[in-house]
Amino acid sequence: MTAKLSVGSTSLKRFQSLIALVILCIVLSLLTDKFFTADNGLNVLRQIAVNICIATGMTLVVLTSGIDLSVGSVLALCGAVTAGLLKNGIEVPAGNLFIGFTLLGAIIGGLVLGWLLGWFNGFTITKFNVPPFVATLAMLTIARGFTMLYTKGHPISNLGKSFAFIGSGSWLGIPVPVWIAAMVVLIAVFVTQKTKMGRYIYAIGGNEQAAKLSGININKVKITVYSIAGALAALGGIIVTARLDSAQPNAGISYELDAIAAVVIGGTSLSGGKGSVWGTVMGAVIIGVLNNGLVLLNVSPFWQQVVKGAVILLAVIIDKMGEKKE
Amino acid sequence: MLEAKHITKQFSGVTALSDINMQLHPGKVNAIIGENGAGKSTLMKIFSGVHTQYEGEIWLNGKKVQFANTKEAEAAGIAIIHQELNLVPYLSVAENIFLGREITNMLGMVDKKQMNKQTSVLLDRLNLHIDPDTKIAELKVGQQQLVEIAKALHTNAEVIIMDEPTSAISDKEVENLFSIIGQLKAEGKTIAYISHKLKELFMIADRFVVLRDGASIDEGNIADVTQDDLIQKMTGRKLNLEKSGKTIKHTEEILTLKKVSLKHPLLRFSYILKDVSLSLHKGEILGVYGLMGAGRTELMECIFGLHPKNSSGEVMVRGKCCKIKTPSDAIASGIALVPEDRKLHGLILNQNIQSNISLTVLKQIENWGFLLSKKKEKALSTNYISRLAIKTSSDKNLAKNLSGGNQQKIVLAKWLATNPQILLLDEPTRGIDINAKAEIYKLMKTLANEGMSIIMVSSELPEILAVSDRVLVMCEGEITASIPIEEATEAGILTHAIHKKETVQ
Repeated sequence: MTAKLSVGSTSLKRFQSLIALVILCIVLSLLTDKFFTADNGLNVLRQIAVNICIATGMTLVVLTSGIDLSVGSVLALCGAVTAGLLKNGIEVPAGNLFIGFTLLGAIIGGLVLGWLLGWFNGFTITKFNVPPFVATLAMLTIARGFTMLYTKGHPISNLGKSFAFIGSGSWLGIPVPVWIAAMVVLIAVFVTQKTKMGRYIYAIGGNEQAAKLSGININKVKITVYSIAGALAALGGIIVTARLDSAQPNAGISYELDAIAAVVIGGTSLSGGKGSVWGTVMGAVIIGVLNNGLVLLNVSPFWQQVVKGAVILLAVIIDKMGEKKE
Repeated sequence: MLEAKHITKQFSGVTALSDINMQLHPGKVNAIIGENGAGKSTLMKIFSGVHTQYEGEIWLNGKKVQFANTKEAEAAGIAIIHQELNLVPYLSVAENIFLGREITNMLGMVDKKQMNKQTSVLLDRLNLHIDPDTKIAELKVGQQQLVEIAKALHTNAEVIIMDEPTSAISDKEVENLFSIIGQLKAEGKTIAYISHKLKELFMIADRFVVLRDGASIDEGNIADVTQDDLIQKMTGRKLNLEKSGKTIKHTEEILTLKKVSLKHPLLRFSYILKDVSLSLHKGEILGVYGLMGAGRTELMECIFGLHPKNSSGEVMVRGKCCKIKTPSDAIASGIALVPEDRKLHGLILNQNIQSNISLTVLKQIENWGFLLSKKKEKALSTNYISRLAIKTSSDKNLAKNLSGGNQQKIVLAKWLATNPQILLLDEPTRGIDINAKAEIYKLMKTLANEGMSIIMVSSELPEILAVSDRVLVMCEGEITASIPIEEATEAGILTHAIHKKETVQ
């Protein structure tokens, strides 16, 4: 009897954010007839695609009971470097050497850079026991500084039609960034639910000591997770740059907060070991729909921020109340 | 006088203390002795207001008292000095002594001058000549202990409970401590003194109280008894599990340790383990006994590769030298460790039974080398749930919702799944009910008969005698005896656990 009840309540908990989203959509549809249209739906998805990429990486990090504050700056640096490689290549003054990059080459360059920056985060966190908050806060500043140095403070624009397609094109009627985000989510769900790596991530967040004693190489898993978060931030940077057809040195400021908000609203515990990528997707969609709805309702942008903050707080309070009952 | 009358205390069904009666006399040093788990610390925690739920009565100076928290106990004049000292390392001596009861001036600001002045007076009484402004972190352990005593004096404590006060201090500091205890005694304070070191008790104590298995066995004047009497009282049980060990002769040596030492991580030139050598044979159950702090857990951890930096010596598996630097090296060499604290080190409490069991062997349940197979995982957990008789309605239940015995079986299952040749069990039956205990003993016997070699660390002598084929005794980081089961007695083992090698003939 009690067993059945608990099964019922856990499944209710699992769909908590989905239910919240449905209610939100219904309310917005009643309040404005502009909301429930295909165009608006695609619009919302296009807007949240970048956040979904970043927040997916953030979810993996948070599941190991870490945090990555550097994703916004990593996004900017990698976006700028991708744009720079594509437009200007690398000039080596000494040998009078010039290396040009194809579209694919530039993208891979950006992703590898993101991976390396994330790897460095993981390296300092595991080898020198720097708390993740501090290590990634430092990277936030460092990467932003390098972005300014690389761009000299000016945008890198006019990157060509084929690159812009990544940000503003569509395939089968669905925007390319949405396809990319969907791929990222599917792979991340697969890895977290179906592979050893996923189990290791949950185990480390659930009880690091027990995971260590079970023979898991904690440091390796953590470094991998931060590297993935860095690469996904770079992917976000590439999408942002392509959409604007321009790499902005100020891109991605405070994106880490949106990503963390999506993770938290999606029910992933900041102390690790509990949560899911699906939850984060829900969280990101809720934030996106909320932003969109408030705009459609002509609510002032200042109030939008207040509402967003209140929603984050409410989501976590509901989550904690559920935990206490258990 | 502090009295306990018919004190009974249960922890979720397990009886820790049953009908304890004892008196602590003022102006005397009252030694409280007993094996690990005899109930000493539980009783002290009741005296000092840590445990508030119990049956029976506490009487202080002819009045019945009931403390709702530690503050009330403190106000009534009972102070406890824990083995792990309770000081804030980066505050000064004076700030620690006055923590929570700071002297303030008219403006409500902390009056440092006044606090330092009073601290100096207290420290002088204890013969401790340090600046009250010194940070605790800069003091030696012995000095920190005296600061704790100063804190107790400051609250005008009448009863001072000391838990293993000499476990971490040098001989000279012990001497100083004893002279201060003598002084406190002369002032009429009641001292409760918990220690495993019997020799020491004969130097300092006036009275003794023996606890055994949560019951008060005897009390009296220390002058009327000998060390052997006390050992007899600590161990003499009516109910004994029967010995069932076998003699292991000329079988293959599976695990050999040669001169394994472990440096203390903080104290230089100090060792937690010193030159430990042992051998474990095929199918043998080796019981390892020692009192708190003897280094038993650390020995298991060394074998399992948890102290790669501070340990030295050789570990050989089947005669081959093994460089075990991480738990995964240990697992690869066929070693498994069931840790002492299953909640802290054994289980992921928020995960279900299935994923807890499969965590050590995820490689085995993969399809095509990357995809975890639900089917194989289910088969694995079903197998162990039935083999170890884990009682649960579903293998999807979370580990945290199971009883202690079933949790322990899950930890066993996850390690048996790795197919170990060598099974290290650290306190395998701590805090679990009698039925589960019996099942675990039976399982160990079966595994040993199938050829597995087992080392069992235990604080319970009856358990050691009932299960082991051979008993190793440890004292202060060294192995002091290796006793075949037919020659082992409780008193014999305890004697070796209390004395270091040189004092035993």
